Amino acid sequence: MNQTSTPIAAETAVAETLPDALQNRLQPIGIDIRDLSLSFGATQVLKGIDLKIEPGEFFAFLGPSGSGKSTLLRAIAGFGPTPKGTIALDGQDVVGLAPWKRNVGMVFQNYALWPHMSVARNVAYGLDERRVPKRESVARVNAALELVGMRQYADRYPSQLSGGQQQRVALARTIVVEPRVLLLDEPLSNLDANLRVQMRQDLLKLQRRLGITTIFVTHDQEEANTICDRIAVMADGVVQQIGKPDDVYDNPANSFVANFLGTANVLEGHVEKAASGPVFRSAGGLELPCGDGKAGAAKLVLRPQSIAFVDGGAADGLQGRVRSAEFLGGMIRYLVDVGGEALLVDELHARGSGRRREGEAVHVRINHEQAVLIHR
Amino acid sequence: MSSAALRRPALTSSFGPYLVAGAVFLFLGAFLIIPVLKVIQVAFQDPATGSLTLVNFQDFFASTLFRQSFFNSLYVASMSVVFASAVALPLAYLTTRFNFSGSVVIQTLAFVPLIMPPFIGAVAMQLLFGSNGSLNLLLRNHFGVTLPIMEGLNGVIFVQSLHYFPFILINLSASLRNIDRSMEEAAQMLGSSGLRLFRRIVFPLAMPGYIAGASLVFVKVFDDLGTPLLLNVNTMLAPQAYLRISSVGISDPMGYVISCILILFSIFAMWVSFLGMRGKDYSTTQKGGGGLAKRDLRPYEAALCYLVVLSILAIVLAPHLGLLLLSFGTIWSFSVLPDGYTLAHYETALTSAWGFIQNTLLYAGLAGLIDIILGTAIAYVVMRTGVIGRKWLDYIAMAALAVPGVVLGIGYLRVFYSVEMPGSGQPLATWWGIIVIALAVRRLPYALRSCTAALQQISPSLEEASENLGASKFATVRRIVIPLMAGGLVAGFVTSFATAAVELSATIMLVASERDAPLAYGLYLFMQSAAGRGPGAALGIIAVIIVGLATYFSHRLIDNARRSRTDVANNGGGH
Repeated sequence: MNQTSTPIAAETAVAETLPDALQNRLQPIGIDIRDLSLSFGATQVLKGIDLKIEPGEFFAFLGPSGSGKSTLLRAIAGFGPTPKGTIALDGQDVVGLAPWKRNVGMVFQNYALWPHMSVARNVAYGLDERRVPKRESVARVNAALELVGMRQYADRYPSQLSGGQQQRVALARTIVVEPRVLLLDEPLSNLDANLRVQMRQDLLKLQRRLGITTIFVTHDQEEANTICDRIAVMADGVVQQIGKPDDVYDNPANSFVANFLGTANVLEGHVEKAASGPVFRSAGGLELPCGDGKAGAAKLVLRPQSIAFVDGGAADGLQGRVRSAEFLGGMIRYLVDVGGEALLVDELHARGSGRRREGEAVHVRINHEQAVLIHR
Repeated sequence: MSSAALRRPALTSSFGPYLVAGAVFLFLGAFLIIPVLKVIQVAFQDPATGSLTLVNFQDFFASTLFRQSFFNSLYVASMSVVFASAVALPLAYLTTRFNFSGSVVIQTLAFVPLIMPPFIGAVAMQLLFGSNGSLNLLLRNHFGVTLPIMEGLNGVIFVQSLHYFPFILINLSASLRNIDRSMEEAAQMLGSSGLRLFRRIVFPLAMPGYIAGASLVFVKVFDDLGTPLLLNVNTMLAPQAYLRISSVGISDPMGYVISCILILFSIFAMWVSFLGMRGKDYSTTQKGGGGLAKRDLRPYEAALCYLVVLSILAIVLAPHLGLLLLSFGTIWSFSVLPDGYTLAHYETALTSAWGFIQNTLLYAGLAGLIDIILGTAIAYVVMRTGVIGRKWLDYIAMAALAVPGVVLGIGYLRVFYSVEMPGSGQPLATWWGIIVIALAVRRLPYALRSCTAALQQISPSLEEASENLGASKFATVRRIVIPLMAGGLVAGFVTSFATAAVELSATIMLVASERDAPLAYGLYLFMQSAAGRGPGAALGIIAVIIVGLATYFSHRLIDNARRSRTDVANNGGGH
């Protein structure tokens, strides 16, 4: 639908400095969501969300489609059915407040630029609504367009812009009114792959320069991990885990989070006390020492990169057999039968290194200190 | 494989399409282009010397009667747009912006006026709203006042706007529905709400649809012959053209001058509509988006809405109710309701007017058939072949939309009166077949759009698969394309049939004897006398039933076709 094939020219990049007209006016505020629930008819889409976002933070709602992340974002903006619970912006509860009274900026997934208005008129719209005097309005529109590198497109119409350019205009239109919060609803999903990488860096730059509290909704963990300060992983209308991207990746709270953030081997089993300390025994019979586990049913999360093949003298390795292999470019991902379990094992790929055959007998070593125990 | 391709010369594969395109072009040339050009030529020709001149136009504007007619036509068409908008706007707004249980009723009933040509209801409207009609009798008895609703031009405006408002309603509703919710939300997020939001965002986005509908209403009213004729309003352009040709004769230049003006305004209205649409494909809904947010109505709001909707619908359906009363009433004059009720009119209609009904079924059926054959041929040539200039076939066929029926009728009379039928020596213009051809040419655009839509939905890979398995072009069209288009073809046939069945403006010119006349013409004859009104109304009801049934089945078929097309799209993965 959007022509995103146009490569971004240098002149459409985000400006390096904040224009004067937008300087030092945005005061970052915090968002405090308490026990927020929302239903579409009989279907409960949000189930008791508790979430605190710090002033100036770049925060992500990450989850699969249907997890409620977009609904939550729209609830903050005031769209959709009125939820139960509170959404406090800077300490003021806005639940029940009309969208046009919230001063919350949102960039829509499809950009929602009005096709009957030029770029400049689109951007000026919110200033008109705020009765900003003409002279100031022009200066601020220009500054906002400058900021997103779209100043020279002011007189064009949205249909004359590429997808990436439309997005920049949508951003300018939202930030020119100096909203208290910036909400981005899957802003990169309509762009092609190269543009997406460039745009997420531009978004981060822009957010840092404006210092505005920003929420970014995405289903793409890479997007969230690369630019956000903290993420909230959502599924089934519930926040599964909140934290810094690497913390959440390293210490997933449950198997959903483990699987959604990257690839993981999640083994079902239980923890037993042994002479050498606690041991995790999987349902298939694989045994691994685990540091501080208390006895009982548990799951063990093992990243594929925590398992390595040991070639040659296989004294300390576990015996296994290669079931299948996938070439991923930088690495090869093997599915290996080990001790009654099928484990994914990553091995870095070097030029000409070939790959292990199906059915080949191998030895693997599991770095159990990297494993994470999840108690049920 | 390469040897087969080499053995077959490129010429044979491209010869067939050219043959088909040539035949279609000849037909359109003979029955659309030449008659219309002839009309224009005669308008600019000195009747005595035959030289090129503007004197006919000078004569036209020098005449008080013609100037009056011109301004009356403009006034009536403009006011009809105003009143049709007044009816359509609230209905469109209600159905697209609110969760209103009456929406289905509005959307269904809004089509009802379309299945009855406006002139059929005109007489009934006089009995309901005329100076001695039901409403004014009641008003006079109770309040001592009367409303001049049906006086002169008012009557034409009233009948036409009630008849044509669905064009605005349908186009405007479609436009409103195509606005993505985020368009509205983005404005709300920036601080806009209420009327301001509607004025600055929603209405401009819906504007192209409104303009398309409004310009269509303007043209239809401007060109219409039947309604003013039946309401006895003759100081308008189309009736003047008809009266000049039928009373003074086909050599009188005034009919041709009027025809030129009618064509000019048709083209002008289409141009306005084109300007309104150009570069403004505002249908902004995207995957995952939705139409505008609909709001729930509070109970008292819903009650108010029902009141508005029901009163509008009562007026809109008045012609139909009036016609029904008239068809069953014994004597209905100077009274609120008929004096008594009888089935006798239907008996008369079905006996003495049976010939009209038969003729209509024959003419409209043949016209529909010609239309889908031409429509399929044009659609296929345009979309699936490389015939040079193929787009022009489509343009020419669609240009029939801009040719008022009166103009086509006059053109046929002028061109084909001197052409003799082989064998009988009868002038071609008086042969009943020429009525069929006129109907076919007038309704071709409708059928063509159906055929094009149907063909568009068929992935070319389905045809390629057939050719890949060894079927020839012709066999592929017959065994793959036509069956897959069937739903669309039948829908196209029915649309052409239903609208041709009640067409009056071209046929009234071409009917040579009462024996050859179709239903619409018969109705016109019946309605001329007070005694004929009852049977005329019965005939009208019969026409409404024929057209209504046809429309119903065409909707069913379009739905089915759409469903099977989505299946093709899903399974065939074409588009």
